[in-house]
Amino acid sequence: MTGPGTWLARHLQAALGASGRLARAPLATLFTIAVIGLALALPLGLKLFVDNARAATGDFANAVDLSIYFRLGTPIEKVRQLAERARSRPGVASVKVIPADTALAEFRKYSGFGAALDAITDNPLPHVLGIRPRAGADSTAELAKLKDYFASWPEVELVQMDIEWVHRFNAILEVLRRALAVAAVVLAFGVLAVVGNTIRLEIQNRRAEIEVTKLVGGSNAFVRRPFLYTGALYGLLGAMLALAIVFGATALLAPAVADLAAAYGSRFTLLGPGQDDTLRLLGGGALLGWIGAWGAAARHLRAIEPQA
Amino acid sequence: MIRFERVAKRYPNGREAISGVSFEVPRGEMVFLTGRSGAGKSTVLKLIALLERPTRGVVTVNGRSTGALPARKIPAFRREIGVVFQDHKLLVDRPVFDNVALPLVVADTPLREIDKRVRAALDQVGLLGKERLLPLELSIGEQQRVGIARAVITKPAVLIADEPTGNLDPELALEVMNVFRRFQEVGTTVMVATHDMHLVREFGKREIVLESGHVRDARDVHVPTIGAVAP
Ligand SMILES: Nc1ncnc2c1ncn2[C@@H]1O[C@H](COP(=O)(O)OP(=O)(O)O)[C@@H](O)[C@H]1O
Ligand SMILES: [Mg+2]
Repeated sequence: MTGPGTWLARHLQAALGASGRLARAPLATLFTIAVIGLALALPLGLKLFVDNARAATGDFANAVDLSIYFRLGTPIEKVRQLAERARSRPGVASVKVIPADTALAEFRKYSGFGAALDAITDNPLPHVLGIRPRAGADSTAELAKLKDYFASWPEVELVQMDIEWVHRFNAILEVLRRALAVAAVVLAFGVLAVVGNTIRLEIQNRRAEIEVTKLVGGSNAFVRRPFLYTGALYGLLGAMLALAIVFGATALLAPAVADLAAAYGSRFTLLGPGQDDTLRLLGGGALLGWIGAWGAAARHLRAIEPQA
Repeated sequence: MIRFERVAKRYPNGREAISGVSFEVPRGEMVFLTGRSGAGKSTVLKLIALLERPTRGVVTVNGRSTGALPARKIPAFRREIGVVFQDHKLLVDRPVFDNVALPLVVADTPLREIDKRVRAALDQVGLLGKERLLPLELSIGEQQRVGIARAVITKPAVLIADEPTGNLDPELALEVMNVFRRFQEVGTTVMVATHDMHLVREFGKREIVLESGHVRDARDVHVPTIGAVAP
């Protein structure tokens, strides 16, 4: 008497019934969806922020350069000679010589202090070697070894590793990532509570119908089914609203971010939610709604037993 | 088909609605359950439909003892019993068709079959063509017959009714009672609770009389037993 077609038809019917009921109480439905949408938009927004920050810094976060500053008065010939030695050192990818004169000229050009610098007769800047480590030799230990080696040259005043800020920045991102996880869990419980409460009210409103359905032999599973669909639908619509909010915010911010990036000579553009994020949010929203409805149904449907 | 063995039912408030009730209704018989208001008629029917469980004794319906049936098997059990209520318990915001179809819908019956059987059931109670009306657009007698159509649509082996004619004038009451008799004639076991003695006499079926929660007499109206003449 029952086949897969019937099973499918029943579920389709329950799903259609659920959407019909939502449409019949548009204001309450919109309110619930808005709350769910905001609760889901927040973690998605945070995740995008972290992703974007990562992408924006990704270009140079991995390329840690060493800067070797020579003592003032070290002749440029000596510096070039040492540059050759640095080049032959394993673990070094490239070496760039920045003579003091070039550095000063650039500084004069870009700093805007040109006139003031004219008053200085002696060049206060040292010669510098820019060292880029070979890929694979850029682990913290390898870098430290390289740094010690250069520091042991008598002509060298200071070896600087541009690595500290990368560590700090990554630490901040890690904190944000964990905050995101915590926020996501807390807000997921919020969604469960909102859906659960909405379904509880709906169960109360349809008490008579539930009683009669049980009276004629409807199982708990049968009575529960439309409420589960209603919950999943709430979650799905909430997730769609969250996506709309986040896509909208990304579109609004993108031009300003592009301008900012251009000012730093970067071609970075703001990333919106990707396909994975989108699917995960939609699926997650529907699942949360389903679970929230399940909880409410488990608690409140059993209590409704038909009275003759 | 229906057997009560020394059955007692005490409600949570401590009130013992029936006690020591024993009777048996064989398959295919039609029986009236009579007695004053408060005698325990509704309680007996609720025990049959498993809306309540017996406090003591054994209630057996269709070969199954209701006392031991696990909760998850109750829905399937109820689908084998048709129940008609005095207040008919129809869903007033659903058309007649949906109300009558409900027992088939909860049993996951294919849609085409539902359509066919709803029409057949409505035809049996003389309401064919009223599928799209809402219950409140019907007369009280018609509403009661919608309730009967819903009770019989699963072709239950047992059909029970709690004062199905209570709100009807004598002519409509007779009509509704005739519907029950037609189901008995095709093999359904029927039990009707009523205090309409006039109707009971007219039908000449077996009668079980309840008095303050006890069976006063289980007799055939044509063959009074000694108990029936007690003061
Ligand atoms: N749910 C209930 N809770 C407590 N007492 C009840 C309940 N249902 C019925 N009773 C009591 O049980 C007795 C029998 O009631 P009932 O079976 O409804 O009798 P009838 O249907 O013959 O009028 C009455 O005294 C009634 O007050
Ligand atoms: Mg009663």
